[in-house]
Amino acid sequence: MNVKSIGILGAGKVGVVLAQLALKAGYAVSIAGSGDPSKIALTIKVLTPGAIADIAVNVARNSDVVILALPLSKYRSIPKTELEGKLVIDAMNYWWEVDGIHDDLIEPDSSSSETVQAFLPNSRIVKAFSHMGYHDLYDEAKPLDELGRKAIAVAGDDTADVAVVSEIVNNLGFDPVVIGDLAAGVHLEPGGRVFGASVNSSELKELVESD
Amino acid sequence: MTDKKAKTLDSLQFGIDTFGDLPVDSNGKLMTHAAAIRQVVDEAVLADKLGIDIIGVGEHHRPEYSISSPETVLAGIATATKRIKLASGVTVLSSDDPVRVFERFATVDALSNGRAQVILGRGSFTESFPLFGYDLQNYNVLFEEKVDLFSQLLKEKPVTWSGTTRAALEDADVYPKTESGHLETLIGVGGSPESVIRAARYGFPMVLAIIGGSPDRFVPYVDLYRQATKELGTPTHPVGVHSPGFIADTDEEAIKQAFPLFKEQMDRIGKDRGWKPMRHDHFLNEVKHGSMYIGSPETVAKKIARTIKTLDVNRFDIVYGFGPMPASARLHMIELYGKKVIPMVRKLLAEDSQEI
Repeated sequence: MNVKSIGILGAGKVGVVLAQLALKAGYAVSIAGSGDPSKIALTIKVLTPGAIADIAVNVARNSDVVILALPLSKYRSIPKTELEGKLVIDAMNYWWEVDGIHDDLIEPDSSSSETVQAFLPNSRIVKAFSHMGYHDLYDEAKPLDELGRKAIAVAGDDTADVAVVSEIVNNLGFDPVVIGDLAAGVHLEPGGRVFGASVNSSELKELVESD
Repeated sequence: MTDKKAKTLDSLQFGIDTFGDLPVDSNGKLMTHAAAIRQVVDEAVLADKLGIDIIGVGEHHRPEYSISSPETVLAGIATATKRIKLASGVTVLSSDDPVRVFERFATVDALSNGRAQVILGRGSFTESFPLFGYDLQNYNVLFEEKVDLFSQLLKEKPVTWSGTTRAALEDADVYPKTESGHLETLIGVGGSPESVIRAARYGFPMVLAIIGGSPDRFVPYVDLYRQATKELGTPTHPVGVHSPGFIADTDEEAIKQAFPLFKEQMDRIGKDRGWKPMRHDHFLNEVKHGSMYIGSPETVAKKIARTIKTLDVNRFDIVYGFGPMPASARLHMIELYGKKVIPMVRKLLAEDSQEI
Protein backbone atom coordinates (compact mmCIF):
# COMPACT_ATOMS: atom_id res chain seq x y z
CA MET A 1 0.00 0.00 0.00
CA ASN A 2 1.41 3.32 -1.08
CA VAL A 3 0.25 5.98 1.36
CA LYS A 4 0.21 9.48 -0.11
CA SER A 5 -2.41 11.22 1.94
CA ILE A 6 -3.11 11.23 5.65
CA GLY A 7 -6.35 12.51 7.12
CA ILE A 8 -6.56 13.57 10.75
CA LEU A 9 -9.77 13.68 12.72
CA GLY A 10 -9.27 16.06 15.63
CA ALA A 11 -7.61 19.48 15.49
CA GLY A 12 -6.52 19.72 19.13
CA LYS A 13 -3.01 19.41 20.53
CA VAL A 14 -2.32 15.89 19.29
CA GLY A 15 -4.00 16.30 15.90
CA VAL A 16 -2.04 19.48 15.20
CA VAL A 17 1.33 17.92 16.10
CA LEU A 18 0.66 14.81 13.99
CA ALA A 19 -0.37 17.06 11.09
CA GLN A 20 2.89 19.01 11.44
CA LEU A 21 4.95 15.81 11.41
CA ALA A 22 3.01 14.31 8.49
CA LEU A 23 3.47 17.47 6.42
CA LYS A 24 7.18 17.46 7.14
CA ALA A 25 7.32 13.83 6.00
CA GLY A 26 5.80 14.88 2.67
CA TYR A 27 2.28 13.52 3.01
CA ALA A 28 -0.75 15.39 1.76
CA VAL A 29 -2.61 16.23 4.97
CA SER A 30 -6.21 17.13 5.61
CA ILE A 31 -7.64 17.73 9.06
CA ALA A 32 -11.08 18.06 10.60
CA GLY A 33 -12.12 19.55 13.93
CA SER A 34 -15.61 19.21 15.30
CA GLY A 35 -18.04 20.81 12.88
CA ASP A 36 -17.44 23.62 10.42
CA PRO A 37 -13.90 23.76 8.99
CA SER A 38 -14.00 27.57 9.08
CA LYS A 39 -13.67 27.25 12.86
CA ILE A 40 -10.18 25.77 12.49
CA ALA A 41 -9.16 27.44 9.23
CA LEU A 42 -6.85 30.01 10.80
CA THR A 43 -5.35 27.49 13.22
CA ILE A 44 -4.52 25.16 10.35
CA LYS A 45 -3.18 27.96 8.17
CA VAL A 46 -0.78 29.17 10.86
CA LEU A 47 0.13 26.02 12.77
CA THR A 48 0.14 23.51 9.93
CA PRO A 49 0.68 25.45 6.71
CA GLY A 50 -0.02 23.20 3.73
CA ALA A 51 -2.70 21.11 5.43
CA ILE A 52 -6.31 21.38 4.31
CA ALA A 53 -9.08 22.01 6.84
CA ASP A 54 -12.20 20.11 5.83
CA ILE A 55 -15.29 18.44 7.26
CA ALA A 56 -14.76 15.04 8.85
CA VAL A 57 -16.57 13.02 6.16
CA ASN A 58 -14.38 14.52 3.42
CA VAL A 59 -11.20 13.99 5.40
CA ALA A 60 -12.22 10.36 5.98
CA ARG A 61 -13.26 9.79 2.36
CA ASN A 62 -10.33 11.47 0.64
CA SER A 63 -7.38 10.13 2.65
CA ASP A 64 -5.43 6.90 2.16
CA VAL A 65 -4.97 6.53 5.90
CA VAL A 66 -6.90 8.28 8.66
CA ILE A 67 -5.60 9.09 12.15
CA LEU A 68 -8.07 9.40 15.01
CA ALA A 69 -6.92 12.22 17.32
CA LEU A 70 -10.15 13.30 18.94
CA PRO A 71 -11.26 12.78 22.55
CA LEU A 72 -12.07 9.08 22.91
CA SER A 73 -15.52 9.86 24.29
CA LYS A 74 -16.40 11.34 20.86
CA TYR A 75 -15.67 8.12 18.98
CA ARG A 76 -19.29 7.62 17.99
CA SER A 77 -19.09 10.82 15.93
CA ILE A 78 -16.42 9.32 13.66
CA PRO A 79 -17.74 9.02 10.08
CA LYS A 80 -18.23 5.28 9.95
CA THR A 81 -19.37 4.85 6.34
CA GLU A 82 -16.57 6.93 4.85
CA LEU A 83 -14.00 4.88 6.76
CA GLU A 84 -15.23 1.52 5.49
CA GLY A 85 -12.38 -0.54 4.07
CA LYS A 86 -9.79 1.99 5.28
CA LEU A 87 -6.72 1.69 7.41
CA VAL A 88 -7.33 3.80 10.51
CA ILE A 89 -4.69 4.71 13.12
CA ASP A 90 -6.08 5.10 16.61
CA ALA A 91 -4.05 7.69 18.55
CA MET A 92 -6.73 8.16 21.22
CA ASN A 93 -6.65 7.45 24.93
CA TYR A 94 -9.25 7.37 27.61
CA TRP A 95 -8.48 10.60 29.46
CA TRP A 96 -11.06 10.97 32.17
CA GLU A 97 -10.44 14.66 32.69
CA VAL A 98 -11.43 15.39 29.11
CA ASP A 99 -13.77 12.50 28.44
CA GLY A 100 -15.58 12.48 31.77
CA ILE A 101 -16.20 9.23 33.60
CA HIS A 102 -17.21 6.59 31.07
CA ASP A 103 -17.28 3.08 32.44
CA ASP A 104 -17.92 1.79 28.93
CA LEU A 105 -14.51 3.05 27.79
CA ILE A 106 -12.46 1.42 30.51
CA GLU A 107 -12.93 -2.30 30.40
CA PRO A 108 -10.03 -3.51 32.49
CA ASP A 109 -8.60 -6.19 30.23
CA SER A 110 -9.33 -4.84 26.79
CA SER A 111 -7.82 -2.00 24.83
CA SER A 112 -9.95 1.05 24.02
CA SER A 113 -8.87 0.46 20.41
CA GLU A 114 -10.94 -2.73 20.47
CA THR A 115 -13.98 -0.63 21.37
CA VAL A 116 -13.16 1.62 18.42
CA GLN A 117 -12.68 -1.42 16.15
CA ALA A 118 -16.09 -2.75 17.23
CA PHE A 119 -17.63 0.61 16.31
CA LEU A 120 -15.88 0.56 12.90
CA PRO A 121 -16.21 -3.15 12.00
CA ASN A 122 -15.37 -2.56 8.35
CA SER A 123 -12.24 -0.51 8.97
CA ARG A 124 -8.81 -1.83 9.90
CA ILE A 125 -7.67 -0.30 13.18
CA VAL A 126 -4.03 -0.05 14.23
CA LYS A 127 -3.06 1.65 17.50
CA ALA A 128 -0.09 4.04 17.38
CA PHE A 129 1.10 7.50 18.55
CA SER A 130 -1.08 7.21 21.66
CA HIS A 131 1.50 6.60 24.38
CA MET A 132 3.77 9.60 23.83
CA GLY A 133 2.85 13.07 25.09
CA TYR A 134 2.17 15.56 22.32
CA HIS A 135 5.10 17.79 23.19
CA ASP A 136 7.47 14.82 23.10
CA LEU A 137 5.98 13.88 19.71
CA TYR A 138 6.90 17.33 18.47
CA ASP A 139 10.30 17.64 20.15
CA GLU A 140 11.57 14.10 19.61
CA ALA A 141 10.72 13.43 15.96
CA LYS A 142 14.01 12.82 14.14
CA PRO A 143 14.95 11.87 10.58
CA LEU A 144 15.88 8.24 9.91
CA ASP A 145 19.62 8.84 9.85
CA GLU A 146 19.77 10.76 13.10
CA LEU A 147 21.06 9.18 16.29
CA GLY A 148 18.97 8.93 19.45
CA ARG A 149 15.62 8.29 17.82
CA LYS A 150 12.70 7.57 20.11
CA ALA A 151 10.24 4.74 19.57
CA ILE A 152 6.50 4.54 18.95
CA ALA A 153 4.67 1.32 19.72
CA VAL A 154 2.37 -0.14 17.07
CA ALA A 155 -0.41 -2.65 17.83
CA GLY A 156 -2.72 -4.22 15.26
CA ASP A 157 -4.28 -7.46 14.10
CA ASP A 158 -3.20 -7.52 10.46
CA THR A 159 0.51 -7.86 9.66
CA ALA A 160 0.30 -5.92 6.41
CA ASP A 161 -1.55 -3.03 8.07
CA VAL A 162 0.92 -2.98 10.93
CA ALA A 163 3.74 -2.77 8.37
CA VAL A 164 2.09 0.21 6.65
CA VAL A 165 1.62 2.03 9.95
CA SER A 166 5.20 1.19 10.97
CA GLU A 167 6.40 2.90 7.83
CA ILE A 168 4.31 5.97 8.61
CA VAL A 169 5.75 6.01 12.15
CA ASN A 170 9.20 5.81 10.63
CA ASN A 171 8.51 8.61 8.16
CA LEU A 172 7.09 10.84 10.89
CA GLY A 173 10.33 10.54 12.86
CA PHE A 174 10.24 7.53 15.17
CA ASP A 175 11.40 3.93 15.32
CA PRO A 176 8.33 1.68 15.16
CA VAL A 177 8.13 -1.16 17.70
CA VAL A 178 5.45 -3.75 16.94
CA ILE A 179 4.06 -4.98 20.24
CA GLY A 180 1.34 -7.39 19.11
CA ASP A 181 -2.33 -7.42 18.20
CA LEU A 182 -4.90 -4.72 18.93
CA ALA A 183 -5.66 -6.25 22.34
CA ALA A 184 -1.99 -5.77 23.26
CA GLY A 185 -2.63 -2.04 22.86
CA VAL A 186 -3.80 -2.07 26.48
CA HIS A 187 -0.11 -1.81 27.50
CA LEU A 188 0.02 1.62 25.86
CA GLU A 189 -2.90 3.11 27.74
CA PRO A 190 -3.01 5.34 30.85
CA GLY A 191 -1.95 3.20 33.80
CA GLY A 192 0.14 0.86 31.59
CA ARG A 193 3.92 0.85 31.84
CA VAL A 194 4.37 2.30 28.36
CA PHE A 195 2.00 5.24 28.78
CA GLY A 196 3.90 8.51 28.63
CA ALA A 197 7.05 6.72 27.47
CA SER A 198 9.44 8.77 25.39
CA VAL A 199 12.24 6.21 25.09
CA ASN A 200 14.27 4.38 22.45
CA SER A 201 13.17 1.10 20.89
CA SER A 202 15.07 -1.26 23.18
CA GLU A 203 13.77 0.51 26.28
CA LEU A 204 10.26 0.44 24.86
CA LYS A 205 10.48 -3.32 24.25
CA GLU A 206 11.62 -3.83 27.84
CA LEU A 207 8.71 -1.77 29.14
CA VAL A 208 6.19 -3.80 27.14
CA GLU A 209 7.68 -7.09 28.34
CA SER A 210 7.69 -6.00 31.97
CA ASP A 211 4.07 -4.80 31.90
CA MET B 1 19.24 50.23 19.65
CA THR B 2 16.08 51.28 17.88
CA ASP B 3 13.35 53.09 19.80
CA LYS B 4 10.99 50.22 19.31
CA LYS B 5 13.44 47.73 20.78
CA ALA B 6 14.23 50.02 23.71
CA LYS B 7 10.55 50.36 24.40
CA THR B 8 10.07 46.60 24.29
CA LEU B 9 12.90 46.11 26.78
CA ASP B 10 11.38 48.70 29.11
CA SER B 11 8.03 46.99 29.02
CA LEU B 12 9.44 43.57 29.97
CA GLN B 13 7.74 42.17 33.04
CA PHE B 14 8.87 39.43 35.39
CA GLY B 15 6.65 37.52 37.73
CA ILE B 16 6.67 34.72 40.26
CA ASP B 17 3.76 32.31 40.40
CA THR B 18 2.79 29.72 42.98
CA PHE B 19 0.00 27.33 43.83
CA GLY B 20 0.83 27.60 47.53
CA ASP B 21 2.48 24.17 47.79
CA LEU B 22 3.08 23.16 51.39
CA PRO B 23 6.73 23.93 52.22
CA VAL B 24 8.75 22.35 55.02
CA ASP B 25 9.94 24.49 57.93
CA SER B 26 13.46 24.76 59.36
CA ASN B 27 12.89 21.53 61.32
CA GLY B 28 11.97 19.64 58.15
CA LYS B 29 8.33 19.54 59.17
CA LEU B 30 5.59 20.00 56.56
CA MET B 31 3.79 23.29 57.12
CA THR B 32 0.04 23.51 57.62
CA HIS B 33 -2.15 24.99 54.89
CA ALA B 34 -2.54 28.12 57.00
CA ALA B 35 1.22 28.54 57.49
CA ALA B 36 1.78 27.90 53.78
CA ILE B 37 -0.59 30.74 52.92
CA ARG B 38 1.24 33.10 55.28
CA GLN B 39 4.49 31.97 53.68
CA VAL B 40 3.17 33.10 50.26
CA VAL B 41 2.31 36.51 51.73
CA ASP B 42 5.87 36.79 53.10
CA GLU B 43 7.26 35.82 49.71
CA ALA B 44 5.10 38.43 47.99
CA VAL B 45 6.35 41.09 50.40
CA LEU B 46 9.94 40.11 49.60
CA ALA B 47 9.22 40.10 45.86
CA ASP B 48 7.68 43.56 46.16
CA LYS B 49 10.78 44.87 47.92
CA LEU B 50 12.98 43.36 45.24
CA GLY B 51 11.01 45.09 42.48
CA ILE B 52 9.60 41.91 40.94
CA ASP B 53 6.66 43.01 38.79
CA ILE B 54 3.99 40.39 39.44
CA ILE B 55 2.99 37.65 41.86
CA GLY B 56 0.48 35.13 40.55
CA VAL B 57 -1.34 32.65 42.77
CA GLY B 58 -3.19 29.73 41.26
CA GLU B 59 -6.46 28.10 42.28
CA HIS B 60 -6.38 24.42 43.22
CA HIS B 61 -8.53 22.21 45.34
CA ARG B 62 -6.04 19.51 46.28
CA PRO B 63 -4.39 18.56 49.56
CA GLU B 64 -0.85 19.49 48.53
CA TYR B 65 -1.72 23.07 47.59
CA SER B 66 -2.88 25.66 50.11
CA ILE B 67 -4.47 28.17 47.74
CA SER B 68 -8.05 27.50 46.70
CA SER B 69 -9.14 31.11 46.94
CA PRO B 70 -6.52 33.21 45.14
CA GLU B 71 -8.15 36.59 45.55
CA THR B 72 -8.39 36.22 49.33
CA VAL B 73 -4.63 35.60 49.43
CA LEU B 74 -4.13 38.54 47.03
CA ALA B 75 -6.20 40.76 49.34
CA GLY B 76 -3.80 39.87 52.15
CA ILE B 77 -0.84 40.65 49.95
CA ALA B 78 -2.46 43.87 48.71
CA THR B 79 -2.29 45.69 52.01
CA ALA B 80 1.28 44.55 52.77
CA THR B 81 2.84 45.57 49.44
CA LYS B 82 3.28 48.71 47.35
CA ARG B 83 4.06 48.06 43.71
CA ILE B 84 3.78 44.40 42.79
CA LYS B 85 0.85 43.34 40.58
CA LEU B 86 -1.49 40.82 42.10
CA ALA B 87 -2.52 38.12 39.67
CA SER B 88 -4.41 34.87 39.79
CA GLY B 89 -2.81 32.06 37.86
CA VAL B 90 -5.36 30.90 36.95
CA THR B 91 -8.89 31.63 38.08
CA VAL B 92 -10.86 28.57 37.01
CA LEU B 93 -13.73 30.54 35.55
CA SER B 94 -15.63 27.48 34.29
CA SER B 95 -16.51 26.45 37.83
CA ASP B 96 -16.94 29.95 39.22
CA ASP B 97 -19.47 32.72 38.81
CA PRO B 98 -18.23 35.55 36.57
CA VAL B 99 -20.15 38.16 38.59
CA ARG B 100 -18.53 37.01 41.83
CA VAL B 101 -15.11 36.82 40.18
CA PHE B 102 -15.49 40.40 39.00
CA GLU B 103 -16.64 41.57 42.43
CA ARG B 104 -13.80 39.87 44.26
CA PHE B 105 -11.09 41.11 41.93
CA ALA B 106 -12.51 44.61 41.81
CA THR B 107 -12.24 44.49 45.62
CA VAL B 108 -8.60 43.41 45.42
CA ASP B 109 -8.08 46.19 42.90
CA ALA B 110 -9.46 48.67 45.43
CA LEU B 111 -7.32 47.35 48.29
CA SER B 112 -4.19 47.46 46.13
CA ASN B 113 -4.75 50.81 44.40
CA GLY B 114 -5.27 49.24 41.02
CA ARG B 115 -2.83 46.35 41.06
CA ALA B 116 -5.24 43.43 40.56
CA GLN B 117 -4.89 41.24 37.52
CA VAL B 118 -7.30 38.43 36.65
CA ILE B 119 -5.91 35.55 34.64
CA LEU B 120 -8.77 33.41 33.46
CA GLY B 121 -8.23 29.84 32.44
CA ARG B 122 -9.72 26.44 32.19
CA GLY B 123 -7.14 25.04 34.62
CA SER B 124 -5.14 21.87 34.29
CA PHE B 125 -6.94 20.09 37.10
CA THR B 126 -10.60 19.27 37.29
CA GLU B 127 -11.33 18.97 41.02
CA SER B 128 -13.31 22.20 41.06
CA PHE B 129 -16.02 20.76 38.82
CA PRO B 130 -17.58 18.18 41.15
CA LEU B 131 -16.78 20.42 44.13
CA PHE B 132 -18.96 23.24 42.85
CA GLY B 133 -21.54 21.07 41.13
CA TYR B 134 -20.47 21.41 37.52
CA ASP B 135 -20.32 18.63 34.97
CA LEU B 136 -16.95 18.14 33.32
CA GLN B 137 -18.80 17.18 30.16
CA ASN B 138 -19.79 20.86 29.80
CA TYR B 139 -16.16 21.99 30.08
CA ASN B 140 -16.18 23.96 26.84
CA VAL B 141 -19.57 25.62 27.03
CA LEU B 142 -18.98 26.61 30.66
CA PHE B 143 -15.76 28.42 29.80
CA GLU B 144 -17.05 29.97 26.60
CA GLU B 145 -20.22 31.39 28.14
CA LYS B 146 -18.51 32.62 31.27
CA VAL B 147 -15.70 34.33 29.38
CA ASP B 148 -18.36 36.02 27.31
CA LEU B 149 -20.21 37.26 30.40
CA PHE B 150 -16.98 38.29 32.12
CA SER B 151 -15.86 40.33 29.12
CA GLN B 152 -19.16 42.22 29.29
CA LEU B 153 -18.84 42.83 33.03
CA LEU B 154 -15.42 44.36 32.41
CA LYS B 155 -17.08 47.31 30.69
CA GLU B 156 -18.39 48.20 34.17
CA LYS B 157 -21.79 49.17 32.79
CA PRO B 158 -25.15 47.44 33.38
CA VAL B 159 -25.16 44.03 31.71
CA THR B 160 -27.95 42.13 30.02
CA TRP B 161 -26.94 38.56 29.35
CA SER B 162 -28.43 35.11 29.01
CA GLY B 163 -26.94 31.68 28.60
CA THR B 164 -27.27 28.09 29.70
CA THR B 165 -24.75 28.00 32.56
CA ARG B 166 -26.08 30.59 34.99
CA ALA B 167 -29.12 32.75 35.62
CA ALA B 168 -29.76 35.48 33.06
CA LEU B 169 -28.96 39.09 33.90
CA GLU B 170 -31.10 42.03 32.97
CA ASP B 171 -29.57 45.45 33.18
CA ALA B 172 -27.58 44.24 36.16
CA ASP B 173 -24.95 46.56 37.55
CA VAL B 174 -22.08 45.09 39.49
CA TYR B 175 -19.96 46.69 42.24
CA PRO B 176 -17.45 47.86 43.31
CA LYS B 177 -16.44 49.82 40.23
CA THR B 178 -12.69 50.09 39.74
CA GLU B 179 -11.03 53.50 39.84
CA SER B 180 -9.37 52.98 36.48
CA GLY B 181 -12.56 51.66 34.91
CA HIS B 182 -10.51 48.73 33.71
CA LEU B 183 -9.87 45.54 35.63
CA GLU B 184 -6.80 44.08 33.98
CA THR B 185 -7.71 40.65 32.59
CA LEU B 186 -5.74 38.06 30.67
CA ILE B 187 -6.33 34.51 29.51
CA GLY B 188 -4.02 31.65 30.43
CA VAL B 189 -3.61 29.17 27.59
CA GLY B 190 -2.12 25.71 27.85
CA GLY B 191 -1.56 24.97 24.19
CA SER B 192 -4.94 24.28 22.72
CA PRO B 193 -5.26 26.28 19.48
CA GLU B 194 -8.92 26.87 20.26
CA SER B 195 -7.97 28.68 23.47
CA VAL B 196 -5.51 30.89 21.58
CA ILE B 197 -8.23 31.94 19.16
CA ARG B 198 -10.62 32.54 22.04
CA ALA B 199 -8.16 34.93 23.75
CA ALA B 200 -7.85 36.81 20.45
CA ARG B 201 -11.60 36.87 19.89
CA TYR B 202 -12.30 38.53 23.25
CA GLY B 203 -9.35 40.89 22.90
CA PHE B 204 -7.57 39.57 26.00
CA PRO B 205 -3.79 39.34 26.30
CA MET B 206 -2.58 35.76 26.45
CA VAL B 207 -0.23 34.04 28.89
CA LEU B 208 1.10 30.71 27.65
CA ALA B 209 1.55 28.06 30.32
CA ILE B 210 4.52 26.11 28.98
CA ILE B 211 5.07 23.34 31.48
CA GLY B 212 6.95 20.79 29.40
CA GLY B 213 8.90 20.38 26.21
CA SER B 214 10.76 22.90 24.12
CA PRO B 215 9.41 26.48 24.32
CA ASP B 216 10.17 26.83 20.60
CA ARG B 217 7.13 24.68 19.90
CA PHE B 218 5.01 27.70 20.88
CA VAL B 219 6.39 30.10 18.26
CA PRO B 220 3.52 29.27 15.87
CA TYR B 221 1.02 29.74 18.73
CA VAL B 222 2.22 33.30 19.24
CA ASP B 223 1.87 33.80 15.47
CA LEU B 224 -1.59 32.32 15.62
CA TYR B 225 -2.60 34.76 18.38
CA ARG B 226 -1.26 37.75 16.45
CA GLN B 227 -2.80 36.72 13.14
CA ALA B 228 -6.11 35.94 14.81
CA THR B 229 -6.29 39.38 16.45
CA LYS B 230 -5.59 40.96 13.06
CA GLU B 231 -8.27 38.97 11.29
CA LEU B 232 -10.78 39.55 14.07
CA GLY B 233 -9.93 43.24 14.42
CA THR B 234 -9.15 42.94 18.15
CA PRO B 235 -6.11 44.51 19.85
CA THR B 236 -2.82 42.61 19.52
CA HIS B 237 -1.46 42.56 23.07
CA PRO B 238 1.99 41.44 24.15
CA VAL B 239 2.19 37.76 25.09
CA GLY B 240 3.44 36.24 28.35
CA VAL B 241 4.95 32.91 29.35
CA HIS B 242 4.57 30.97 32.59
CA SER B 243 6.99 28.07 33.24
CA PRO B 244 8.28 26.17 36.26
CA GLY B 245 11.72 26.70 37.76
CA PHE B 246 14.07 26.61 40.68
CA ILE B 247 17.13 28.78 41.29
CA ALA B 248 19.99 28.06 43.72
CA ASP B 249 23.55 29.37 43.96
CA THR B 250 24.97 26.75 41.58
CA ASP B 251 23.60 24.52 38.84
CA GLU B 252 24.62 21.44 40.74
CA GLU B 253 22.87 22.47 43.90
CA ALA B 254 19.72 23.54 42.07
CA ILE B 255 19.44 20.24 40.24
CA LYS B 256 20.18 18.20 43.33
CA GLN B 257 17.53 19.99 45.37
CA ALA B 258 14.93 20.24 42.64
CA PHE B 259 14.90 16.72 41.21
CA PRO B 260 13.30 14.86 44.15
CA LEU B 261 10.74 17.65 44.59
CA PHE B 262 9.73 17.82 40.92
CA LYS B 263 9.72 14.04 40.72
CA GLU B 264 7.52 13.72 43.77
CA GLN B 265 5.04 16.15 42.27
CA MET B 266 5.08 14.74 38.72
CA ASP B 267 4.74 11.17 39.98
CA ARG B 268 1.87 12.05 42.25
CA ILE B 269 -0.04 13.76 39.43
CA GLY B 270 1.03 10.98 37.06
CA LYS B 271 -0.58 8.41 39.31
CA ASP B 272 -3.97 10.06 38.75
CA ARG B 273 -3.38 10.43 35.05
CA GLY B 274 -1.70 7.12 34.36
CA TRP B 275 1.81 8.11 33.32
CA LYS B 276 5.10 6.61 34.41
CA PRO B 277 7.37 7.92 37.18
CA MET B 278 9.78 10.65 36.09
CA ARG B 279 13.29 9.49 35.29
CA HIS B 280 16.42 11.43 36.13
CA ASP B 281 17.56 11.54 32.47
CA HIS B 282 14.20 12.94 31.40
CA PHE B 283 14.38 15.53 34.13
CA LEU B 284 17.86 16.61 33.01
CA ASN B 285 16.69 16.72 29.41
CA GLU B 286 13.79 18.96 30.42
CA VAL B 287 16.20 21.23 32.34
CA LYS B 288 18.54 21.42 29.36
CA HIS B 289 16.17 21.63 26.40
CA GLY B 290 12.68 21.86 27.81
CA SER B 291 10.68 24.18 30.01
CA MET B 292 12.15 23.77 33.46
CA TYR B 293 14.19 26.85 34.39
CA ILE B 294 16.45 25.20 36.93
CA GLY B 295 20.01 26.15 37.82
CA SER B 296 22.24 28.99 38.94
CA PRO B 297 21.11 32.58 38.30
CA GLU B 298 23.32 32.68 35.16
CA THR B 299 21.87 29.47 33.72
CA VAL B 300 18.28 30.45 34.41
CA ALA B 301 18.79 34.01 33.11
CA LYS B 302 20.21 32.72 29.83
CA LYS B 303 17.34 30.32 29.41
CA ILE B 304 14.71 32.98 30.17
CA ALA B 305 16.36 35.48 27.80
CA ARG B 306 16.37 32.86 25.08
CA THR B 307 12.67 32.13 25.57
CA ILE B 308 11.70 35.81 25.62
CA LYS B 309 13.63 36.35 22.41
CA THR B 310 12.53 33.19 20.60
CA LEU B 311 8.87 33.60 21.40
CA ASP B 312 8.94 37.41 21.22
CA VAL B 313 7.06 37.81 24.50
CA ASN B 314 7.21 40.63 27.05
CA ARG B 315 6.44 38.78 30.25
CA PHE B 316 7.99 35.82 31.98
CA ASP B 317 6.55 34.26 35.13
CA ILE B 318 8.53 31.57 36.91
CA VAL B 319 6.47 29.05 38.86
CA TYR B 320 8.21 28.44 42.19
CA GLY B 321 7.91 26.32 45.28
CA PHE B 322 7.31 22.83 43.99
CA GLY B 323 6.45 20.16 46.51
CA PRO B 324 7.73 20.04 50.08
CA MET B 325 10.56 22.50 49.54
CA PRO B 326 12.23 24.18 52.52
CA ALA B 327 10.68 27.61 53.02
CA SER B 328 14.18 29.08 53.22
CA ALA B 329 15.03 27.69 49.74
CA ARG B 330 11.91 29.36 48.31
CA LEU B 331 12.84 32.72 49.79
CA HIS B 332 16.42 32.34 48.58
CA MET B 333 15.19 31.53 45.09
CA ILE B 334 13.01 34.66 45.01
CA GLU B 335 15.94 36.72 46.19
CA LEU B 336 18.20 35.32 43.46
CA TYR B 337 15.49 35.88 40.87
CA GLY B 338 14.92 39.50 41.87
CA LYS B 339 18.52 40.49 42.54
CA LYS B 340 20.38 38.53 39.89
CA VAL B 341 18.26 36.78 37.29
CA ILE B 342 16.00 39.65 36.24
CA PRO B 343 18.84 42.21 35.82
CA MET B 344 20.84 39.59 33.91
CA VAL B 345 17.96 38.83 31.55
CA ARG B 346 17.50 42.54 30.89
CA LYS B 347 21.21 42.92 30.23
CA LEU B 348 21.36 39.91 27.91
CA LEU B 349 18.42 41.16 25.89
CA ALA B 350 19.77 44.72 25.74
CA GLU B 351 23.16 43.47 24.49
CA ASP B 352 21.40 41.29 22.03
CA SER B 353 19.31 44.10 20.58
CA GLN B 354 22.38 46.34 20.31
CA GLU B 355 24.08 43.77 18.15
CA ILE B 356 21.31 43.91 15.58
